[in-house]
Amino acid sequence: MKTQLSAKDIDELTEKARSLRIEILKMLTEAGSGHTGGSLSAADIVTVLYFYKMRHKPANPEWRERDRFILSKGHAAPVLYAALALSGYFDKALLKTLRKIGSPLQGHPCSCKLPGVEISTGSLGQGLSIANGIAMGIKMDGLSSRVYCLLGDGEIQEGQVWEAAMTAAHYRLDNLCAIIDNNGLQIDGHCCDVMHIEPIVNKWEAFGWHVIDIDGHDIKAILDALNKAETLKGKPTMIVARTIKGKGVSFFEGKVEYHGLAPTRDELEMALKELHR
Amino acid sequence: MGERPQQSTPAAQSTVKKAIATRDAYGEALLELGRQRKDIVVLDADLSGSTKTGKFAKAFPDRFYNVGISEQDLIGTASGLSLTGKLPFASTFAVFETGRAWEQIRQTVCYSNLNVKLVATHSGITVGEDGASHQSVEDVALMRVLPNMTVIVPADAHETKQVIHAIADSYGPFYVRLGRAKVPVVMPDDYTFQISKSFTFHLGKDANIVAMGIMVSAALEAAKILRDEGIDVGVINMSTVKPLDNEALLKASSACRLIVTAEEHSIIGGLGSAVSEFLSENNPTKVLRIGIKDDFGCSGTSDELLHLYGLTADNLVRSIKEALA
Ligand SMILES: Cc1ncc(C[n+]2csc(CCOP(=O)(O)OP(=O)(O)O)c2C)c(N)n1
Ligand SMILES: [Mg+2]
Repeated sequence: MKTQLSAKDIDELTEKARSLRIEILKMLTEAGSGHTGGSLSAADIVTVLYFYKMRHKPANPEWRERDRFILSKGHAAPVLYAALALSGYFDKALLKTLRKIGSPLQGHPCSCKLPGVEISTGSLGQGLSIANGIAMGIKMDGLSSRVYCLLGDGEIQEGQVWEAAMTAAHYRLDNLCAIIDNNGLQIDGHCCDVMHIEPIVNKWEAFGWHVIDIDGHDIKAILDALNKAETLKGKPTMIVARTIKGKGVSFFEGKVEYHGLAPTRDELEMALKELHR
Repeated sequence: MGERPQQSTPAAQSTVKKAIATRDAYGEALLELGRQRKDIVVLDADLSGSTKTGKFAKAFPDRFYNVGISEQDLIGTASGLSLTGKLPFASTFAVFETGRAWEQIRQTVCYSNLNVKLVATHSGITVGEDGASHQSVEDVALMRVLPNMTVIVPADAHETKQVIHAIADSYGPFYVRLGRAKVPVVMPDDYTFQISKSFTFHLGKDANIVAMGIMVSAALEAAKILRDEGIDVGVINMSTVKPLDNEALLKASSACRLIVTAEEHSIIGGLGSAVSEFLSENNPTKVLRIGIKDDFGCSGTSDELLHLYGLTADNLVRSIKEALA
């Protein structure tokens, strides 16, 4: 785990995030179905975690002292699979099998089938409780590992998220850092139209969390927030990452319909052109 | 939750041996486990006095988590703890644990095959006066359908203690169904519980009752009455409802012409269903299911309710005679 970013680091991470997006688009096109928008919006956050911040050993996924990442918004499986593959957990060639019969790359992450996936997710609203339990266990063991949990902004409409919000604050889980991918969209439209979630920052503060509000596509801002979270004691931290759904591909950005649509072959070609520019 | 001391049911009073609630045995077993192993952690959702996890909480405050009135969070937190190598026991009332948090149990505990022990109390109608909202007669059905899940319904306090120790030593998701009311101790002193092994008290030539939980005691009483009248009825304690003890069922069904299931649970999806499913495929035998007949419970004393819903030795006797006639 490193804490200071050089200009070169930023360039490298930006490049890595680009690679993640390319893999996401390719595997989704190959699969013919899956969640494009929410995978792309989380790509920068996941990049900083897997390729800079988190202590983990791809050759030893069960390493006891690893930091943990829980993808509570399990439909963004492609961004996790891309990060795991590029980290070296498994052969990149496997990405082509996403959603295919017999593949360990299930439509939503399955921990029994794919090493590196901490816990099966896909049913929204459940990840934060699991992250809490892990944070408690780590504290009991006196380990310094940190627990990261990525949630969708629509996802926080689930009641269980707020049960978990109380639990994390009550047990002072300062080894826990949650992140909301605040892309403003869910399936049926804008979050503010489907079910108002604002003011997000005030809500989490009122629940006893430290809250850091950032641009979720700014590599340096993401790392600064993750570092800051580590220094904040006595409370869990919530990073509200303002993002753009479909980020990186102009014709997917901010488009609600690309929540659950995979790119067509033509769209992939155009998207790759944009990303390689 | 404030509670006055429990009255035992008349059925319990009539037996020679003492009557103890299975939840009390659970509280004690947790204490024993807490002393024996460092990895055990206990979670509750604001019912630790009633579920008896409170005893563990008092003895081992650093290994107890009360998550408040949030059953879904209870399951998720227990799951997370299991992911760090802890051995979590998560408890609340059966209706909330298996109902409110069913999907959390499915998606997280079972799909990821976690080492999480779900031990719920206040199952069935013997909850009594609180009424249907608190009486779970569907929980075994809800848990039995889940892959990776083992379902155990102990007959008495003696068996409960052994069950709790056995599941602590066995990897994977378990659901253990316990009760609020005192029940007679029916299992022999030298009985040893084994997961997925039933206990045959006696093999009958006319009929065999396959029972779970508090109905084992009623079945023993009924069998005695029937045997005194010359009808040879056996009793099997099928405490592991999933996976069933197939061998014992084949033996029992081959020995007689009527299998009777007895459960303090809906006859839809519970023990009666499980036994019928197995026998219809493997040794078609007439099965008479005694249990809650597609109904909710209601308020009353636990003994009144057992009579109202026909979960008594007398009703077993009557029903078996009719079915054999
Ligand atoms: C419990 C549950 N209900 C519904 C769904 C279906 N679903 C999948 S994604 C989604 C919208 C999620 O929106 P958000 O959390 O904002 O995710 P993002 O925008 O990052 O994709 C829904 C409703 C689900 N997966 N789980
Ligand atoms: Mg969203």
